[in-house]
Amino acid sequence: MSDQLHRPSEIQRGRIAYRRRQTIRSVLLAALSTAVVGVLLAVAVTGAPGWDRVRQSFFSPEVARRYLPDILEGLWLNVRLLVVCAVLALALGLLIATLRTLRGPVFFPVRAMATGYTYTFRGLPLIIVIYLMAFGIPGLRLQGTPGVLVLGGAALVVTYGAYLAEVFRAGIESVHPSQLAAARSLGLTYRQTMRHVVLPQAIRRVAPPLLNDTVALQKDVGLVSLAGPIDAVRAAQIGVAQDANYTPYIVAGVLFVLLALPLIGVTDWVTLRAARRQSAGA
Amino acid sequence: MLLSCENVRKTFGATVVLDDLSLAVDEHQVVALIGASGSGKSTLLRCVNLLTGIDDGTIRLDGEDITDPRVDPDRVRQRIGMVFQSYNLFPHMTVLRNITLAPERVHKRAAAEIRAQALEWLGRVGLADKADSYPDRLSGGQQQRVAIVRALVNSPRLLLLDEVTSALDPELVGEVLTMIRGLKDEGMTMVLATHEMGFARQVADRVVFLDGGRVLEEGPPEQVLGDPTQARTRQFLARIIEAGRL
Ligand SMILES: Nc1ncnc2c1ncn2[C@@H]1O[C@H](COP(=O)(O)OP(=O)(O)OP(=O)(O)O)[C@@H](O)[C@H]1O
Ligand SMILES: [Mg+2]
Repeated sequence: MSDQLHRPSEIQRGRIAYRRRQTIRSVLLAALSTAVVGVLLAVAVTGAPGWDRVRQSFFSPEVARRYLPDILEGLWLNVRLLVVCAVLALALGLLIATLRTLRGPVFFPVRAMATGYTYTFRGLPLIIVIYLMAFGIPGLRLQGTPGVLVLGGAALVVTYGAYLAEVFRAGIESVHPSQLAAARSLGLTYRQTMRHVVLPQAIRRVAPPLLNDTVALQKDVGLVSLAGPIDAVRAAQIGVAQDANYTPYIVAGVLFVLLALPLIGVTDWVTLRAARRQSAGA
Repeated sequence: MLLSCENVRKTFGATVVLDDLSLAVDEHQVVALIGASGSGKSTLLRCVNLLTGIDDGTIRLDGEDITDPRVDPDRVRQRIGMVFQSYNLFPHMTVLRNITLAPERVHKRAAAEIRAQALEWLGRVGLADKADSYPDRLSGGQQQRVAIVRALVNSPRLLLLDEVTSALDPELVGEVLTMIRGLKDEGMTMVLATHEMGFARQVADRVVFLDGGRVLEEGPPEQVLGDPTQARTRQFLARIIEAGRL
């Protein structure tokens, strides 16, 4: 209220000036050490005996330019696949985690199946799941079997769904029992308690690890190329085979990092916010 | 008789917490449960609210056996309000939402009407300006008053209060006690567990001393707190006086 009128004392002004000097000093030091490390690295790499050959076969601007459009087109597939798979895997994970909390003998088979599912798919390597789904299911020659792209996507969803289910479950278990007692004492049913009291708190708490798994998913989306669809990785692979030059992989790698940056940024921001809220709420 | 516990037994593994406990509470009556830490006050309240099952005996609310396994516990809890020592407000909801959730979802009342009632209650307990705040922005005393309002908007037949002031600083205790005294004047039936003998003396019609899992002594506050018949009660009260809480 009276803050605008407050004039800092001599001592406080001295502290502020001191802190400002310290800040400037740290920034200068950081800049200097970054420059030194950068120069050393550059000298070490470019001075290496094989640098010329590596530069030609990994960093050829000409090759990069030739395959960039194909790789970009493939990347668009990755992006679409990522969005669809992330949404479906999150929904599946939440569903499985919720099913595992159901109590009562009637739900025993549901609980058992949900538990079996998370155990299996957290242990099974993604590559094997992709092969099984993309090559095994079409092998059945059933009517209306979807294409390999959909099957590959489904492999990603079931694998990540299992991981995300465990994250959601950890969140659900982290909600203190007293919150359940309070909700039930108000007459809320078990389902209403889950929906209005437990899940909202659980999801808020596990938002950072959930986003982190989404970043991992965005990399693994590239693995559907194993089943055939031409995504960014596959497009790069074709380029590498044609020109006997590895530059397309570098191009694809850089694009993947650029794609992940916003997601990683959001994750860091959410994590930071969660940490702040926790320390403020204690 | 609004509430009657008959020969209630409750165990946790090998620990017998309540043993052949009987207690009756009439409508509009305020009963204070006192007893040493671990004597089963909280457990008894949780049993009455069906938050935990009992191992023997019967609990009746308005004559209905609520411990019958065929009774839907959710419907029983709709008629009982409970307030906890640690408030247990929902941290992700505003004060207003905390209060309106149950009336809206459980009692299916109209949103506008609930809102008006909630705001009126908040005004009465001096928290009108906190309706849109989140619980972590409130002092302990304010949170506890919200928790009581949250239980009250469901118009419970019976209100259970479990040491609602023990997490509060002494200067915040008063505002919660004033609120409870007001409820008594309005005729609310209450069972409250407390360590505040002064408070028990002021609001309770009857004081019940729990010891060894049963009711060892009960009666008007002046008698139980002033002139107890049982040696154990006298010991307990002497310790409390020593701790400066009478
Ligand atoms: N969930 C539980 N599992 C095992 N034992 C429990 C559980 N809840 C309570 N107890 C035990 O039951 C006994 C009674 O506990 P209760 O919380 O009812 O006591 P209280 O009278 O409320 O004590 P206080 O005054 O400290 O709140 C204690 O010995 C406690 O350890
Ligand atoms: Mg207790």
